[in-house]
Amino acid sequence: MPPLLEIAGLTVGYGWTGRPVVTIVRDVNLTVGAGEVVGIAGESGCGKTTLALAATGLLDPPGQILSGSVRYQGTDLMSLSPHELRALRLTEISMVFQASMNVLNPVMRIRSQFLTAMAAHGVDSSAEATKRAEETFDLVKIPRRFFDAYPHQLSGGMRQRAVIALALVLRPKLLLLDEPTTALDVVVQRSILQSLNDLRRELGFGIVFITHDLSLLVEIADRIAIMYAGAIVEDAPAKDLYQHPRHPYTSALMEAFPALGGERKKLEGISGQPPDLRRLPDGCSFAPRCPKVIAGTCDVIDPPTTGRDEGHLVVCHLYDEREAQVG
Amino acid sequence: MNVRATLSNPRAIIGATILAFFILVAILAPVLSPYSPTDINFAVGLGPTWQHWLGTTEGGQDILSQLIWGTRESVSVGLLTGVLICVVQLVMGVFAGYVSGFTDTAFATVTNVFLVLPALPLLIVLSAYLQGSGGSGSTAVLIGVITITGWAWGARVLRSQAIALRDRPFVEAARVSGEGRWHIVLSHIVPNMLGIMVANFFGAALFAVLAEAGLEFIGLGNINTVTWGTMLYWAQNDEATLMGLWTWLLVPGLCILVFGTALGLLNFAVDEIANPSLRRD
Amino acid sequence: MRYLLRRFAVLLLTLWIAVTVNFALPRLMPGDPVQTKLATIPGISPLARQALEKQFGLDTHQSIVGQYFSYLGHILRGDLGRSFTYFPSSVTSMIRQSLPWTLGMVGFATLLACALGCGLGMMAAWRRGAAGGNRNSRLDTFLVPLGVMCGAIPPFWLATLLVYFVSFKLGWFPVGGSRTPGAAGGLSGTFDVLKHAVLPAFTLTLVSLGGWVMLMRNSMLTVLNDDFVKFARAVGLPDRTIAYRYAARNAILPVFTQLAMALGIVVGGQVFIEIVFSYQGIGYWLLQAVMNEDYPLMQGIFLIITVTLLVANFLAEALYVLVDPRVRVEASK
Repeated sequence: MPPLLEIAGLTVGYGWTGRPVVTIVRDVNLTVGAGEVVGIAGESGCGKTTLALAATGLLDPPGQILSGSVRYQGTDLMSLSPHELRALRLTEISMVFQASMNVLNPVMRIRSQFLTAMAAHGVDSSAEATKRAEETFDLVKIPRRFFDAYPHQLSGGMRQRAVIALALVLRPKLLLLDEPTTALDVVVQRSILQSLNDLRRELGFGIVFITHDLSLLVEIADRIAIMYAGAIVEDAPAKDLYQHPRHPYTSALMEAFPALGGERKKLEGISGQPPDLRRLPDGCSFAPRCPKVIAGTCDVIDPPTTGRDEGHLVVCHLYDEREAQVG
Repeated sequence: MNVRATLSNPRAIIGATILAFFILVAILAPVLSPYSPTDINFAVGLGPTWQHWLGTTEGGQDILSQLIWGTRESVSVGLLTGVLICVVQLVMGVFAGYVSGFTDTAFATVTNVFLVLPALPLLIVLSAYLQGSGGSGSTAVLIGVITITGWAWGARVLRSQAIALRDRPFVEAARVSGEGRWHIVLSHIVPNMLGIMVANFFGAALFAVLAEAGLEFIGLGNINTVTWGTMLYWAQNDEATLMGLWTWLLVPGLCILVFGTALGLLNFAVDEIANPSLRRD
Repeated sequence: MRYLLRRFAVLLLTLWIAVTVNFALPRLMPGDPVQTKLATIPGISPLARQALEKQFGLDTHQSIVGQYFSYLGHILRGDLGRSFTYFPSSVTSMIRQSLPWTLGMVGFATLLACALGCGLGMMAAWRRGAAGGNRNSRLDTFLVPLGVMCGAIPPFWLATLLVYFVSFKLGWFPVGGSRTPGAAGGLSGTFDVLKHAVLPAFTLTLVSLGGWVMLMRNSMLTVLNDDFVKFARAVGLPDRTIAYRYAARNAILPVFTQLAMALGIVVGGQVFIEIVFSYQGIGYWLLQAVMNEDYPLMQGIFLIITVTLLVANFLAEALYVLVDPRVRVEASK
């Protein structure tokens, strides 16, 4: 049984005419199993959104996929015709963008948007479509009377829920969410996440959850992948990552988000800036900011990938078996 | 505003080249023109010949010379009026947009009123009132009337932009840190509106050129000057069509068209640069 | 509702300003042209002249304020005075005769230009922005300078050329006028009218086409970059649906406002075109009035044009509420 989503060696760049291509996503490998929640965490600008867009075939020029493959249940998405790809949307794969407050058509009622989307995927009977849509509305806990409203009549949180409802109305098997709750206040955030979790348990879809907020992922994800400067630097089961973070960047990220309980401690930010993707440093791209940097190694040689077999992958010189033996 | 982007935009380049060409002709008129434009000693109503590349008018004037000298008049009036319109727009749009309260409402109301007065009829009526219809009008009046009719639309655009900027955090910050009002307008707001203002200038100049030619065509300008518009007036009046003098009719209008296109292209190019979603890759 | 009432109040205010401006203008001009003109009308009895003065609000027995109010009174009663040149024809009757010609020809041409222009603009923008990003599209690259050029054509020049080449030389269409004098009514009469309207309408359509193309194209390009269009694609909607119901439906909003305004300007007519074709619409008569220093006629026409424009503007704002649901909610607050 092939995994739900398998991204292998994906490299994505942006190329404007007359300028050299800038690589945004470098050689990313990611696997999502059926019903699994995989989180992708990283700072703004690390390429997470580009990764998601490229994986779902929504990357617009000047973005281009430079190499690698994306397989959905074994089928190579890039080999599909636009028509076939379009048919997969909403029925198999759904995506919810960042700042979804503005992704609904402002001049159409929510009802029409749902019906249009469903009709595009074969649900012609409007009675049937309405029934399904209203059921999904219940699932995301929006009062049914908003079904006939215009988007601007809903609050930000409700609009987000409406978008999630739309994404789920045809019961896809994979849902990609890019910062779905960032623009909302914490209370709404929590309740949406709760709904998502309940829905997943009930409907059984897989989730790819992209965010910069690692603490969120720790609570809801099965696996977490940490992204830095366009590459995955650590990939492990959530609990494992939380208890035994390996990559210095992961530790730093976790330090940056305080736990609600526990002892008080000084908040550490991560010094420095994310690198300019056009001019990546030699060796490890995190080296300039890394508190555990090994001069002469980290800034010269690309770090190795280890731990794949044990299910806790890390890309760092500190875990180089050879190094451990020598040093 | 991205100057480099402007310089590499092909439409801007074409527009600027044409514009430069016309300005050059305007400046070098005395040198380029084969004869004096008002010299009436030539044979009447000639078609294009070797001595008169574009032929002569009913009154015996060389059309090419008229065209060249006319370029000087039309281009300078067009550009000058464009500048004047921009100045008025600046005052009515930008300053007013930043000064809130009663002054702002007053300025806005005036703008809205002028916006709704129909431009073309107003142009004609004002010209008629101010200088009668005998073609004895002055260029100054022409410029004035065109300015009065043409400023409102651009002012409104500038105003809404100024208001949007006014509410932006960096302006807020400047205000809170005590920078003077004029200083804020000049060093914070205006630089961010430069793109629109430049685009507006080209739009205004285009309007001015067409309006000037139009008024002159119906005789509301000064028919004793030589401009593209008055050339067309005389062509019409002297029944060039019946005499088959089609160059007389064709060429001045063609100049307006080409010059206007240059202005329009520049307007478009600058607009494209200022508004990123219109930009091409 | 309150929104509409407010707009209506602005309408009334501007109307009043327009009327007042109309009143004030001749009185502000140096040399009092009106009085001068009045004195030169041939064959007017002193009594008729007095009546004319009174109608025109020039009754020197009244104060200027009195004149103003009597002028207002006349306007409200629909009395725009009598033409100097075509005395004793009333201005109102002359306007009533010429207005339909303008409305017909210019109105038709405006609608045609708008429809064509929007269609072209939408196509050009779609080709460029459809699959996302900003590809170069040949139609778009081609269309833009064409559109710019159309907007730079001096309408009277084009009209004159057409009259010369198409009407005069080729004889395909009549050389001028709105109809053949003494033509019969009925079907052949209608055909005659249409024949006279073709060239003016064509000129007008061509000259205004560029503006609509650019407006729709720019609006559409902006909309295509909006998030909801990207999401529509992510949801898997077919291209056609996105183009029409999502992109164009939103892009048309500024076009709608502009169209309402343009229709208001219809009455102002394309003065130059009517003049060159001797098409006897309201613009043509405005110029005649100007040439003859026929002040009542000039004022009357100008007033009608302004009023129409104001009303069209108001209607645009009122109807916009129907078209954009976001404003609808605000309006009902």
